[in-house]
Amino acid sequence: MEKRVVFRSAWLPFALVAPQIAVTIIFFFWPAAQAIWFSFQLQDAFGLKTQFVGAANFLALLQDAHYLKSFRITALFSILVAFLGIAISLLLATMADRVVRGALAYKTLLIWPYAVAPAVAGVLWAFLFAPSVGIITYALKQIGIEWNWVLQGDQAMLLVVIAAVWKQISYNFLFFLAGLQSIPRSLVEAAAIDGAGPARRFWTVVFPLLSPTTFFLLVVNIVYAFFDTFGVIDATTQGGPAGATQILVYKVYYDGVKAADLGGSSAQSAILMAIVIALTVVQFRFIERKVQY
Amino acid sequence: MRIKLLAAALAGAGLLAGNAHAQTEIQWWHSMTGALGDKVNEIANGFNASQKEYKVVPVFKGSYPESMTAAIAAFRAGNPPHILQVFEVGTATMMAAKGAIKPVYQMMKDAGEPFDPRNYLAAVAGYYTDPKGNLLSMPFNSSTSVFYVNKDAFKKAGLDPEKAPRTWKDFAAAAGKLKAAGQACVYTTGWPSWVHVENFSAWHNLPIGTRENGFGGMDTVFTVNSPQHVAHVAMLADFAKKGWFTYSGRRNEAEAKFFSGECSMLTSSSAAQANIRRNAKFEFSVNFLPYNDEIKGAPQNSIIGGATLWVMSGKKPDEYKGVTKLFSFLSSPDVQAGWHQSTGYVPITNAAYELTRKAGYYERNPGTDVAIRQLNYKAPTENSKGLRFGNFVQGREVIEEEMEAVFAGKKDAKAAMDDAVRRANDILRKFEAANK
Repeated sequence: MEKRVVFRSAWLPFALVAPQIAVTIIFFFWPAAQAIWFSFQLQDAFGLKTQFVGAANFLALLQDAHYLKSFRITALFSILVAFLGIAISLLLATMADRVVRGALAYKTLLIWPYAVAPAVAGVLWAFLFAPSVGIITYALKQIGIEWNWVLQGDQAMLLVVIAAVWKQISYNFLFFLAGLQSIPRSLVEAAAIDGAGPARRFWTVVFPLLSPTTFFLLVVNIVYAFFDTFGVIDATTQGGPAGATQILVYKVYYDGVKAADLGGSSAQSAILMAIVIALTVVQFRFIERKVQY
Repeated sequence: MRIKLLAAALAGAGLLAGNAHAQTEIQWWHSMTGALGDKVNEIANGFNASQKEYKVVPVFKGSYPESMTAAIAAFRAGNPPHILQVFEVGTATMMAAKGAIKPVYQMMKDAGEPFDPRNYLAAVAGYYTDPKGNLLSMPFNSSTSVFYVNKDAFKKAGLDPEKAPRTWKDFAAAAGKLKAAGQACVYTTGWPSWVHVENFSAWHNLPIGTRENGFGGMDTVFTVNSPQHVAHVAMLADFAKKGWFTYSGRRNEAEAKFFSGECSMLTSSSAAQANIRRNAKFEFSVNFLPYNDEIKGAPQNSIIGGATLWVMSGKKPDEYKGVTKLFSFLSSPDVQAGWHQSTGYVPITNAAYELTRKAGYYERNPGTDVAIRQLNYKAPTENSKGLRFGNFVQGREVIEEEMEAVFAGKKDAKAAMDDAVRRANDILRKFEAANK
């Protein structure tokens, strides 16, 4: 029998959730609504003149080949960041889970990068890969690779993906490690007695049991790649070269803050909002069904 | 009252507490870092010590775009600073914001401060003057792009170190020899659009856009896809392919590559001189930008970069009076000459230039007058007095994106410059619509 606690008061439950609702409305719904309102307007930088222009901002965006290219770049970037971030941290977590001696030291070290701010992570990698003074650039030159991400778009993309993934691995690692530790030993041991090797045990027993964690991390990582990698990009490539790392959220920032084009920037953030809502719905409706809790 | 509170918070309560006089506070938001920031504080302190009525408080507000954004936000919130330092590409945006700014000539007139725009260097003041010849913002830090040569590298390659290339043909010949002598990076540039599109145009007396580079009205369109512009970008791409030109980025990243000795030639801001002199362990020379001798009338004169001081609207007459006093102090020959000599920015008044010249400064410091001689090379034409394009922060970015595509070998010069013009024109039309 499930035991439920019921409030007797009519207003108390509402009063208790009110602060949370208020925070959500003031800090999430209100700015979001304002962004949508601005997206139908054309304003000069100082807000002295405002015109209602209907869908003109959206139409201009859809006709802009570079904006459409920014979609492809964002898709590529997000897939790379989410996939690599999850794959590498899963590998690390599996390894760390098997370690007996010094496990704590390994785990601590792996979790550390999470405490680094995205912008700092970006600067760090930008230094390592700096076109003329970077240590890695120097090493690459020794083996005959010409490294100049200031000009080569693919290299710039690689740089921001590495920085963004590195930053996110710790977070993923934590969840995978917790997931792994909650898998009953008996299941794995039973599989081992039946003659399954480590790889087979992983794919047929451990991985399916980890699927709720993996699914959760997929959602979180996609959102991370869409929004939180902004600092990494701003600190390194700033969207360049030739727009090769211009992901959607960076373009929103650039157009709105640096170029003072509030209407265009708001229209982009409205589109971005729609995409993320759609993605989350898809993830929960279609992928979650395949997840075994 | 709010201004007072802000000022108190910024200047530190202690500074103001002991002050019995009711001084009028003047907020000055700027973007000068390092030694330049120290110099700004020095000027403010000098002004504060010179009189008792006004107190200027300089506040560093981040990079140029950042401080402009901050001022816009402050204006929207009803509390802008008195003085805002705005970079040259923000000029059209500031000009169009009629209710947000107080034109300098107007403020000077209202305050009854003697003020003659002809005292200012034509190449500098022209950039910030309206079609009627009225100065809208106060010139402060202006530079132009110049050409630096590593003399030691020239010597090593068997070139005459005293003869820097004057034309792009000479340049190509020298570049070939430097490369053959094992120079890893022959040439690089800072500020690609400013140097290779904006200054290239002025230096060759070619229009950047119609309607006198936008001075004549907001219905201007870009013309940087002319055969001459395309040929110049194609030439740079060819240099890149031959290993004579290394692209370093959109800002001043290239300067470090020059003073570290990695690159033997550099085009960048004349304001980089102080930094190069401090860091370079070799002999270098400062020269005029190379030009294309096939284009008639070249060289003309180059255009400035840097920033001016804009006065924001909605302040009390007494406060404006303080701002005019500060501006007069700033433009006085001594202050200007000091600023020019310690920073590498050009002097903004003719008097400061004369003062520096007569003191023998240019003979003792060869190269420091190259920028000003290049700016004054010929009387500015409508193609070479500057540019005024709305949202040029974005416009310049578009031009640079397209140039990067050419240098990376992904696009040919013609297609890229056509795209740059088409995209940048869209930005101009949007600005025109928003500021109707």
